[in-house]
Amino acid sequence: MRIFSKRFKATVTAAAMALGLAAGFTHAADTINGAGATFPYPIYAKWAEAYKAKTGVNMNYQSIGSGGGIKQITAKTVDFGASDAPLTVEKLNEIGLMQFPMVMGGVVPVLNLEGVKPGELKLTGAVLADIYLGKITNWDDAALKQLNPGLKLPNGKITVVARADGSGTTFIFTHYLSGVSPGFKEKIGNNTSVAWPTGVSGKGNEGVASYVQRLKGSIGYVEYAYALQNKMTYAQLQNKSGQFVKPDSESFQAAAAGADWKGTPGFNLMLTDQPGAKSWPITGATFILVYKKQEKAETARQVLKFFSWAYHHGDKLAEQLDYVPMPASVVKLVEETWKKEIKDAGGKAVWTDSMVQK
Amino acid sequence: MNIAHSHISDAISGRQRLMDRFFQALTTGSAWLVLVILGGIIVSLFAGGWQALVAFGPGFLVNDDWNPVTEQFGALVPIYGTLVSSLIALLIAVPISFGIAVFLTEVAPGWMRRPIGTAVELLAAIPSIIYGMWGLFVFAPVLSNHVQPWLQAQFGDSALVGALFQGAPLGIGMLPAGIILGIMIIPFITALMRDVFLTTPKFLKESAYGVGATQWEVIWNVVLPYTRVGAVGGIFLGLGRALGETMAVTFVIGNTHRLSASLFEPGNSIASTLANEFNEAVGDMHTSALIALGLVLFMITFIVLALAKLLLLGLESRDSAKS
Repeated sequence: MRIFSKRFKATVTAAAMALGLAAGFTHAADTINGAGATFPYPIYAKWAEAYKAKTGVNMNYQSIGSGGGIKQITAKTVDFGASDAPLTVEKLNEIGLMQFPMVMGGVVPVLNLEGVKPGELKLTGAVLADIYLGKITNWDDAALKQLNPGLKLPNGKITVVARADGSGTTFIFTHYLSGVSPGFKEKIGNNTSVAWPTGVSGKGNEGVASYVQRLKGSIGYVEYAYALQNKMTYAQLQNKSGQFVKPDSESFQAAAAGADWKGTPGFNLMLTDQPGAKSWPITGATFILVYKKQEKAETARQVLKFFSWAYHHGDKLAEQLDYVPMPASVVKLVEETWKKEIKDAGGKAVWTDSMVQK
Repeated sequence: MNIAHSHISDAISGRQRLMDRFFQALTTGSAWLVLVILGGIIVSLFAGGWQALVAFGPGFLVNDDWNPVTEQFGALVPIYGTLVSSLIALLIAVPISFGIAVFLTEVAPGWMRRPIGTAVELLAAIPSIIYGMWGLFVFAPVLSNHVQPWLQAQFGDSALVGALFQGAPLGIGMLPAGIILGIMIIPFITALMRDVFLTTPKFLKESAYGVGATQWEVIWNVVLPYTRVGAVGGIFLGLGRALGETMAVTFVIGNTHRLSASLFEPGNSIASTLANEFNEAVGDMHTSALIALGLVLFMITFIVLALAKLLLLGLESRDSAKS
């Protein structure tokens, strides 16, 4: 009995020590936790790695999806949330959050059509909407022929491919199509997942891409980075100024530059169908959510420092992964908003100009 | 000396009794814990899905509209997809598993039994995502280029089943999902059938051979009746797995909320819908409808297992009435 209890005691002590150590690690002020959108996960992970090497601060990011990110930050289990779709001002106020755009990407129509090379096919938003509505079903449709007089379009059925899982990519894509086509807005609408009237749906960018690559005569939509890295056949799109543009980092930057961030309360802004001759029409930013009133001011400061560092030093890493960094004017605006809106328990500003990670 | 001795034995038996009681409490507690967890799951599914269940009522089960934008949710398409893909899987897996099990227990020479049996068991250990990826990248092209056109040519014009084989042969849809599920559950059903076939007493089989029965007659009239209960149990275990399978189905079913008679057309299953939409379901009603969908899957599985139990009870009572 005595031996048993001695061993038991030893085990308990060891377990307690292990727990204590673990608790010591997780409670250290040099770890910040976030959760949310999957789309920006690769770049957040890359930034976290570089930031840790420089400052020793550890950033944990769980890419559980935007919906999950909003739920986690609402439950205060993480220091920041991340969402691909911006929250409305009412929703932000209801929870007591503020949001800011972190990095941008774009959505690109990709296709698999014999004899058509990347960038050759020209589409307008209205035609793309009609294809996804199931109104245009054949590649030799008059509307497609009219846009592409130089191309030999085959007589063949169009197989429409969409994203099956709820995603920011679908949110941006349907936001664009709802904006340019009243019929699309009425029949399908704008959400992270929608009821597609036609075609098949694949899981994730890779699912859509593999369906498009496998099914002849198909058209789908994927994130720009994914289309680029897999050398997929993309289409040109007509933008708001009537110009046909190709998707690249220049055309995404152009879309962001024309956007009116300053005049939009709560940064609740989608970048689809922006004015500007060079703007790619299906561009979008991904957002970070933090509480306006911070009980743990020091942790909040660490979170903001990380994002400030990413704004000022993360551009190269972002471009390597084919994300588009936010323009400097937007970064300045965001940091000013932090100063104004984020307060500690005593009502004092958490962020000051001297903390900017230039 | 004596006193000391009895003191020690008292101490030991006291300790043993204590340990016994501790062990009893531990096992009873574990058993109850299972029930508590099961009850907890049902309660939380009900609580989570309550909003959708109240809003849509019983119509939730028969409405085929699933639209996150207008927040209209009906579970008919995923229920249909779950049941049909599992049915196709059973139609494929049961005869093949039966054949493999018979081969392994009755036909194969002794040296072949162990390696083939192990190979079948290894199939069961392959993660389902591998089946899904294999289905999409390897199997779907074969299906769309060869199998589906052939099926269409053979049965497409048939008045009876022609409607099942209409549409473009994409290699993605209800039929491919059913076939992949079938392949996935073959090892489960086979392993169980083989194990129960092995329990048939040798003297029964040898007596049958002795009176001149053929191998097939022995299998059909001796082995199968003797092991019927276990074999049916194996089939239902496979069905249970097919109903809840997520990743492999998501890859090949096409993930579309549309009802279609054709097995070539894409559809959706309950588990696949949950896996696809739960992460990014932002609206409360969407989340609630998904949890209600989970409750429906839970109910379907429960009903299937209950039916299996009833069927087995029926078989047992019939057997005992006969003897």
